[in-house]
Amino acid sequence: MVNALDACKPMTRDEMAARLARDIPEGWYVNLGIGAPLKVADYVPPEREVIFQSENGVLGMGPVPEPDKINRWLINAGKQYVTLRTGGSYMHHADSFALIRGGHLDLCVLGAFQVAENGDIANWSTSDNDTAPAVGGAMDLAGGARQLWVLMEHTTKSGDSRLVRRCSYPLTALGAVKRVYTNLAVLDVGEDGFAVHEMVEGLSLDALQDVTDAPLRMANG
Amino acid sequence: MINKIVQTMAEATAGIRDGSVVLLGGFGNIGQPHALIDGLIEQGAKDLTVVSNNAGVGRTGLARLLDLGRVRKIVCSFPRTADPVVFEELYRSGRIELEIVPQGTMAERIRAAGAGIPAFFTATAVGTKLAAGKEEREIAGRKYLLEEALGGDVALLEAWEADRWGNLTYRSSARNFNPIMATAAKETIVQAQHIVELGALDPENIVTPGIYVHRVVHVPYGEPMVP
Repeated sequence: MVNALDACKPMTRDEMAARLARDIPEGWYVNLGIGAPLKVADYVPPEREVIFQSENGVLGMGPVPEPDKINRWLINAGKQYVTLRTGGSYMHHADSFALIRGGHLDLCVLGAFQVAENGDIANWSTSDNDTAPAVGGAMDLAGGARQLWVLMEHTTKSGDSRLVRRCSYPLTALGAVKRVYTNLAVLDVGEDGFAVHEMVEGLSLDALQDVTDAPLRMANG
Repeated sequence: MINKIVQTMAEATAGIRDGSVVLLGGFGNIGQPHALIDGLIEQGAKDLTVVSNNAGVGRTGLARLLDLGRVRKIVCSFPRTADPVVFEELYRSGRIELEIVPQGTMAERIRAAGAGIPAFFTATAVGTKLAAGKEEREIAGRKYLLEEALGGDVALLEAWEADRWGNLTYRSSARNFNPIMATAAKETIVQAQHIVELGALDPENIVTPGIYVHRVVHVPYGEPMVP
């Protein structure tokens, strides 16, 4: 069984971001969570107009600036310097989250610790009491965007499945996740749990199931 | 003649009382009024409750205010930063109270306070740890939490331009919490990078009308520090 997984080549973080980016159609308004999801923007070709929002009040966020062209008042939610695309705009925080909460975003992409087969997501705290909890905009985004996709490694570093029957970490939102992109597979989350759409080359459903806590089935068609 | 421009930091921060709830603009360091925070440190008010998205970076600005033991409680969405040393130390040793609020709920609670809305329902955080103790109600088939308005005794803000009536503009993403906090405090105090003549600001571009602003101090500090 271990050999079956060894027979395939898991995607790198960049490959995962590129895979997800392929599925974002032109014209969508999209919020990318801090961390790995931010890479997705690099893989949407400029001729496909997708408008990225950053919850600190930036609509039409562009790529990281050249070092000599930094606007020091323009950062994204991850507190990195970014640019504003032609046609972009600024707004204050209440308007920015009204846009999110009001269901105006087509898509939000977040990282996660765990996603459950009922669509629950846990991505803000591991109950580690040593450091202060920090939720940021994750709860507003997870429940506010029309669709929530998760981009994450299939397992933890120690090999525990991140696709679970029920989340053991504190929840970010209930029943919110529609699709998961991992380094091994693309899965839809529906009423019947996880349905596998795609797997990396050389991987079988059995081998994927072996590293996944929640039950899997192949998506129809 | 209305003139909200004050000449010194002492005038800007005069009258801030011990125990005040202080709304502090900014997202990280961007749009955070560091000169006013230094002014507040100098002014001496203590036992403060600070409402700020983050809990300070390094050992300056808000982190310094915390470090000096002047803050009893912080209300924020994301106390973690690249360098949250001071907050982490205080939190671990139980010397500061923390209220974690989802960022959008925090923004809307502030907006509501400024708009005379005492509370509102939001779906954010339903079914999570942060729903503890909050009224839940089902409306049209979806569950919501009752969240109360979050106003302050004083707001400390950063603007880009200001005139003597207190009309304000902001710079890029430094707008963030500043305009809503301006509406939600009994006393709104602003540090502005540029002071301009009344009439110089295009009325179409004024983001915060002067009605919300009480004092403005000119702080032409240049470019913000690391975000």
